[in-house]
Amino acid sequence: MILGLEFPPISHLIEWPDIFLKDTSFAVNKVVLIMWVSALLAIVLFVLGSRKRALVPTGVQNVAESIIDFVDNSIVMETIGPDGRKFTPFLTTLFTFILFCNLWEVIPFVQMPANARMAMPMTFSLLVWLIFNVVGIAKQGFFHYFKGIMFPPGVPKPIYILVTPIELVSTIIVRPLSLAVRLFANMLAGHLVLVTFAVISAALWVKGVNLVILPFSFVLLVALTGFEVLVSFLQAFIFTILAAVYIGGAMHPEH
Amino acid sequence: MSLLPILAEQDPGELVKGLTAVGRGIVYGGAAIGPGIGIGIVVGNAISAMARQPESAGMVRTTMFLGIAFTEALALFGFVLAFIVAG
Repeated sequence: MILGLEFPPISHLIEWPDIFLKDTSFAVNKVVLIMWVSALLAIVLFVLGSRKRALVPTGVQNVAESIIDFVDNSIVMETIGPDGRKFTPFLTTLFTFILFCNLWEVIPFVQMPANARMAMPMTFSLLVWLIFNVVGIAKQGFFHYFKGIMFPPGVPKPIYILVTPIELVSTIIVRPLSLAVRLFANMLAGHLVLVTFAVISAALWVKGVNLVILPFSFVLLVALTGFEVLVSFLQAFIFTILAAVYIGGAMHPEH
Repeated sequence: MSLLPILAEQDPGELVKGLTAVGRGIVYGGAAIGPGIGIGIVVGNAISAMARQPESAGMVRTTMFLGIAFTEALALFGFVLAFIVAG
């Protein structure tokens, strides 16, 4: 209770009751359903978009081609270069899936970003971690890859005592952790902010005591909803571009 | 006037709750200072770079988002930690 305002505890906002397969490890709740629907939407988008293959794209094909073009031009070409093009399908899938999962945050009657639960960002980042390490080991060989991580060139010899542990920890542990936590915390924070202003607006409306300040909180709620759409795009973009940067760093070591 | 006698009169459960809230505030507030300054520096320099060379705005913008993402990570660790504290 803050100033007569009952704010729901955080577990009510992000934990949903099981729908199918209750009390098992495979229980299905709202977040899992959102994830399935997002995956289905992404599949349908690209299947429909690639069916006709018209020279001048229209409709769904246009959307699908712009997404691929965006990932190819402003993510892969900017960070990895032409030989990273074989990762465009993976990065496009990642971008589309994360974006669709995020966008449920502002869609009425759902209003829950699937990435506000740690499981999904963690899976994505573990996948990226696995891929960039495997790519680095395959491209450079096991010892050369870890030598590149632990002994970055251009550093005076005694400084390696300091640099080596930091670089090792930052590449192997902090990279996947920060990748997952960045997506998770951004979506959770956005969800909480929207809930806060929705609760304030609803409480002011029900009590009717402060109809003077109600418009402010409501206008802010609408504005923040628009801002959260931007954040959804931005976080999907940042996750994908960081994945591309890590893969690119594993493919082209510094000399 | 000292704060301690007032605290001693309170119900211990409520006191723990209140102090937890204060701790969370301190954790997140502390974690947000550095990244706030850092993001300001990143974006400010990106804007001056874009103003000097508008033709390189696209490249600068991509790099700017990368810089923001790396800087912001610390604030987000603080945000998550604020929930974990006395969770």
